[in-house]
Amino acid sequence: MSVHTEHREPLIRLAKRDDIPRAQAWAIRAAAILLALVTGGLIIAVLGHNPIQVYASMVEGSLGKSRVLRETVKKAIPLLGAAVAIAPAFKMKFWNIGAEGQILAGGIAASYFALFWADSLPRPVLLVVMAVAGILAGGVWGLIPAVFKARWGTNETLFTLMLNYIVLGFVRYLQAGPWGPDLNANGYPKIPMFDSAALLPKALGVHIGWIIVLAVTALMFGYLKYSKQGYEIAVVGESVRTAQYAGMNVSHIIRRTMFLSGGIAGLVGFLQVSGASGTLTENTAGGIGFTAITVAWLAKLNPFVMIAIAALLAILEKGADTIQTLYTIPASAADMLTGIVLFFMLGCEFFISYRLIVRGKGERTHE
Amino acid sequence: MSNLFSIAFVMAAVAAGAPLLFGTLGEILTEKSGNLNLGVEGMMYMGGVAGLAGAYYYEQMAGPAASGVTAAVIATVCAFLCAAFGALLYSVLTITLRANQNVTGLALTIFGTGFGNLVGEAMGNAAGGFVAVSQSTKSVFNGGIPVLQDLPVVGKLLFSYNYLVYLAVLVAVVLSLFLNHSRLGLNLRSVGENPGTADAAGINVTAYRYLATCIGGGISGLGGMYIVMAQQQGVWVHNCIAGKGWIAVALVIFATWSPARALAGSLVFGGLSVLRLYMNWGGNRLAPIYDIVPYIATVVVLIAVSIRQRRESQPPANLGNAYFREER
Repeated sequence: MSVHTEHREPLIRLAKRDDIPRAQAWAIRAAAILLALVTGGLIIAVLGHNPIQVYASMVEGSLGKSRVLRETVKKAIPLLGAAVAIAPAFKMKFWNIGAEGQILAGGIAASYFALFWADSLPRPVLLVVMAVAGILAGGVWGLIPAVFKARWGTNETLFTLMLNYIVLGFVRYLQAGPWGPDLNANGYPKIPMFDSAALLPKALGVHIGWIIVLAVTALMFGYLKYSKQGYEIAVVGESVRTAQYAGMNVSHIIRRTMFLSGGIAGLVGFLQVSGASGTLTENTAGGIGFTAITVAWLAKLNPFVMIAIAALLAILEKGADTIQTLYTIPASAADMLTGIVLFFMLGCEFFISYRLIVRGKGERTHE
Repeated sequence: MSNLFSIAFVMAAVAAGAPLLFGTLGEILTEKSGNLNLGVEGMMYMGGVAGLAGAYYYEQMAGPAASGVTAAVIATVCAFLCAAFGALLYSVLTITLRANQNVTGLALTIFGTGFGNLVGEAMGNAAGGFVAVSQSTKSVFNGGIPVLQDLPVVGKLLFSYNYLVYLAVLVAVVLSLFLNHSRLGLNLRSVGENPGTADAAGINVTAYRYLATCIGGGISGLGGMYIVMAQQQGVWVHNCIAGKGWIAVALVIFATWSPARALAGSLVFGGLSVLRLYMNWGGNRLAPIYDIVPYIATVVVLIAVSIRQRRESQPPANLGNAYFREER
């Protein structure tokens, strides 16, 4: 940095926006989604299809009839639940990318009771026991990396990532050995379907997981915004030193928050095995834990906004099933479109936080 | 054949370890710049499908005159460029547009997985079933160095692999020298350790991060191409990378960010992944347990590194943190 040289104003410079009207922020986000769909449309066009037709079929195939709408809701439930689970951890800047494993841990614990206790417990008790077991197992699985992070500063991103694959391997082991093998049509080992007593009842045609997840979403909003613990999480996330200076027990807060985060993910695991698929499989989590991270982040960790984003991604996923049958576009198009939407939405946040000032236009005052 | 102490086992371990080594070396280079790119899996898909597409469409255009070596070169270049493009998307979002690294990396994995499967299957649909490369291209990826590979014992042990295995070892050596014995490598490490200091010393943090991430992504992508071209003989299989990109991320930790240790680590992880074929303990029932050994080993290393706090084996101090000069 040379001193006293005359600097030319750069072509584009940045200025942080202090506050942006809400409407404008949402307009930028809507434009980003639109641009993402246009980009995805170009790729669809390259594959030799009419993008507008394809998109119309996707909407039709995910929202058009009540039957497909129920399928879409079923896909959105775990996505929203896992995103809500991740919210407190991310607010604390504890990068929990282990929701995938925490879902499976909860699923395993719930499945244990569904498989071996279905005869000896009355149905309501069985379902509650399964839910509690799922929450505890997911919570403990989330607690492990938190203990090491709090004590030795072990990198939590990498730790939680590894735990995903350990529990996934354990599910495969259960499937091939102790809890299997009930051969499915293709001859692969699988865990038997649950007794009907261990299945969640339905409301409006979808398992009642949707009510539970919506309730958890509302509770999490209140917890993060109005409770003392939620405030502590926010302070630790902003500055660990401030929290220590204020007399907070940071290690304890980290452990407690991760138990909560893992516990909610474990509850989602219970909903998956008891509500969605009726048994435990290696696809019980199926990438939901990872996609949920992007849902939570794009919603700026606001649980209510997560509902909209989870719904959007569920529509893309269900819609892609439809276009596979209609146009023989591989269903993997859903992943790619999801990726493109995520890229654009991640990128657009920059234009919400900063504004670009082109050379010569000078400093504008706030609109 | 199925003996743990056989040449065949070592060869299988090397063959299984090579794609992991590419993924790991690329990610080491990326992480040394302070960028934690969790998109390795996605970039391996992108590299894999681009390599296949490059070789396949070259053969279609050249017709019977197509040479296997040219196809392999084109595949390698395409794989590198496509995966590097994925890393470029990540770089633009995280470095220029300041998006969160974890989330962007996961988005890249989601995108790359979809892109790879979509393009791979669409190519198959267009060709009426599935794409396959010619015999001469396959033989390049089957490998072996002429003459030398016929030597007893050492021939098979050292000279029987395809060119990608030797390329991976070469990349490891070059990367090790670059990071530890060159001025540019020192600058790069300083960017990952403390970008503020590096910036004050006149190092262009943005340029280093962009280049390290994109080149690293390209290297990771070669691992994907190895899986598609060598292990699957030039046929696209749905979800073929199957988590190997995540094992590569684990291996970076296991190797404590050292290319030399990554060389040994990839052999260990490669060996573990084929172990069940050479052992009779528990048969198929215990196979999933063998599969999680690498992850448990990685967790142990991760914990040990954080407890012992040895300076040489720490993650880059600013791994995962964005650097904005004005928000220091």
